[in-house]
Amino acid sequence: MQGKVWKFGDNIDTDAIIPASYLDTTDEKELAKHCLEGADTDFPLKVSQGDIIVAGENFGCGSSREHAPLAIKGAGVPFLIAKSFARIFQRNAINIGLAILECPPAVEGTRQGDALEIDLSRGEIKNLRSGESWLAQPLPEFMRELIACGGLMNYVKKKLS
Amino acid sequence: MGMTITEKILAAHAGKKEVSPGEFIEAELDLILANDITAPLAIKEFEKVGAEKVFDREKIALVPDHFTPNRDARAAEQCRLLKDFARKQKIKHYFEVGRMGIEHALLPEKGLVLPGQAIIGADSHTCTYGALGAFATGVGSTDLAAALVTGRVWLKVPESIKLIYRGKLKKWVTGKDLVLYTIGDLGVDGANYKALEFRGETITRLSMEGRLTMANMAIEAGAKNGIFEADEITLNYVRQVTGRELPAGDYTSDEDAGYSETREYDCTKIDPQVALPPLPSRSKPVQEVPDIRIDQVVIGSCTNGRIEDLRLAAQVLKGHKVHRKVRLLIIPATQKIYLQALQEGLMEIFLQAGGVITTPTCGPCLGGHTGVLAAGERAVATTNRNFVGRMGHPQSEVYLSNPAVAAASSIAGQIIHPEKV
Repeated sequence: MQGKVWKFGDNIDTDAIIPASYLDTTDEKELAKHCLEGADTDFPLKVSQGDIIVAGENFGCGSSREHAPLAIKGAGVPFLIAKSFARIFQRNAINIGLAILECPPAVEGTRQGDALEIDLSRGEIKNLRSGESWLAQPLPEFMRELIACGGLMNYVKKKLS
Repeated sequence: MGMTITEKILAAHAGKKEVSPGEFIEAELDLILANDITAPLAIKEFEKVGAEKVFDREKIALVPDHFTPNRDARAAEQCRLLKDFARKQKIKHYFEVGRMGIEHALLPEKGLVLPGQAIIGADSHTCTYGALGAFATGVGSTDLAAALVTGRVWLKVPESIKLIYRGKLKKWVTGKDLVLYTIGDLGVDGANYKALEFRGETITRLSMEGRLTMANMAIEAGAKNGIFEADEITLNYVRQVTGRELPAGDYTSDEDAGYSETREYDCTKIDPQVALPPLPSRSKPVQEVPDIRIDQVVIGSCTNGRIEDLRLAAQVLKGHKVHRKVRLLIIPATQKIYLQALQEGLMEIFLQAGGVITTPTCGPCLGGHTGVLAAGERAVATTNRNFVGRMGHPQSEVYLSNPAVAAASSIAGQIIHPEKV
């Protein structure tokens, strides 16, 4: 899959991803209208289906609001690459099926507007402008199992039946 | 090798003799909680998988505290969802407005948190309960939904960082200052995925309220949980809130437990701290903060809205007036704290100073309602986060401090040391 890059810095917090004031809905399309507006006011207007977010350290720090990965998913962003993710955000993204990749060199080697090609099964990120490619940190086996089940609630459903 | 208190609690709840950092476990939970923002999403997921009954109606707490009393019709719908679910599932610990308080002040006060427990909450400040020697961590709504069904959560056993505090605290220095100083030292992701264990002679003398404040902000260094060993102060607190003696148990770390690192702090050198926007790690001594005019002061929240905090603020404000250009908001964290403050005469001090007292709510802390900032406005707050736009407009600013600094600043109209009042 290919997508255009939007770049963000370090410590993008959950208030920047979705300000608390908009947390009175659980609809991801509604949430997407304010996605990342705390970091880039016009982002919800500029982002298109299939675009990729590339960010620095500690992406998603702060609140436990699952509305944060939901807003990103709702904005049509299928992949999120960062140098590192804050703990709760990482859990939430995996639980709702938003693909996140930890890969500091890919973040360093990517500019705003670059096109990236991503092979999720191999964790491979390729920069189509520079031709460089990188392998993301593989997720721990337990998390890969959860994803293979289709997320946490499917895992629970399987156990229920 | 021995185990840390965090490892011991997780092992006990995973039915294992021992666990080690990095290991994935499924832990059985003693308590799970959610609020009016996170519960609706969890309830939706709960219903989507066709679950009919919660795992245990007595081990769930639902607290509508963020946008309550309902700020508008949309918030009211979220709260109704919570209330309907609580009724349908006969949830024992559902707290309607009037009995409600800010969740992390309320649940310990109600005796629902005990040493040795494993707790998750769909709120990042769930780590507050580590003050009582419990393992407690924040999760998202889907994790919570799964736990509503199964009573369990998957966890990666965290490495622990040992923080040792030594020496007597200076006047006006509180648990808030120690934790702001520590976050400044560790950085906002310095403890990502890890446990923070607060130790040392200064900690053994610190009140339960001071400990709750410190554990509360463990997440601001990225930590999975913050934890204190249970001691005499913990046992007294538990006795006071539950009316019972705590069953015997091991609520301490072994001498030979393993830590990823150990840091020591000389508390005699720590001054009251202020964290400058936009990160809680930007802490510095109050006397080094440049002259900054402020528009609002908020004293409250799950971090600093307890009786000890209100007493400290009142001690500074007594006989003074709030600066004519400043709005002072006092938010007692629970109904019980509100009543106690009233009986102790603190509310009279706040009102005579020109402060405003609101009902218990998270309100302005997350820019929700009741005291949101306009563009260009600045607030000093005893809350926990000063991210861009946290208390309102993206061009507003939040400076974090303890209640004494906040109260003193409300009088001066700028950030000052309480000793200058």
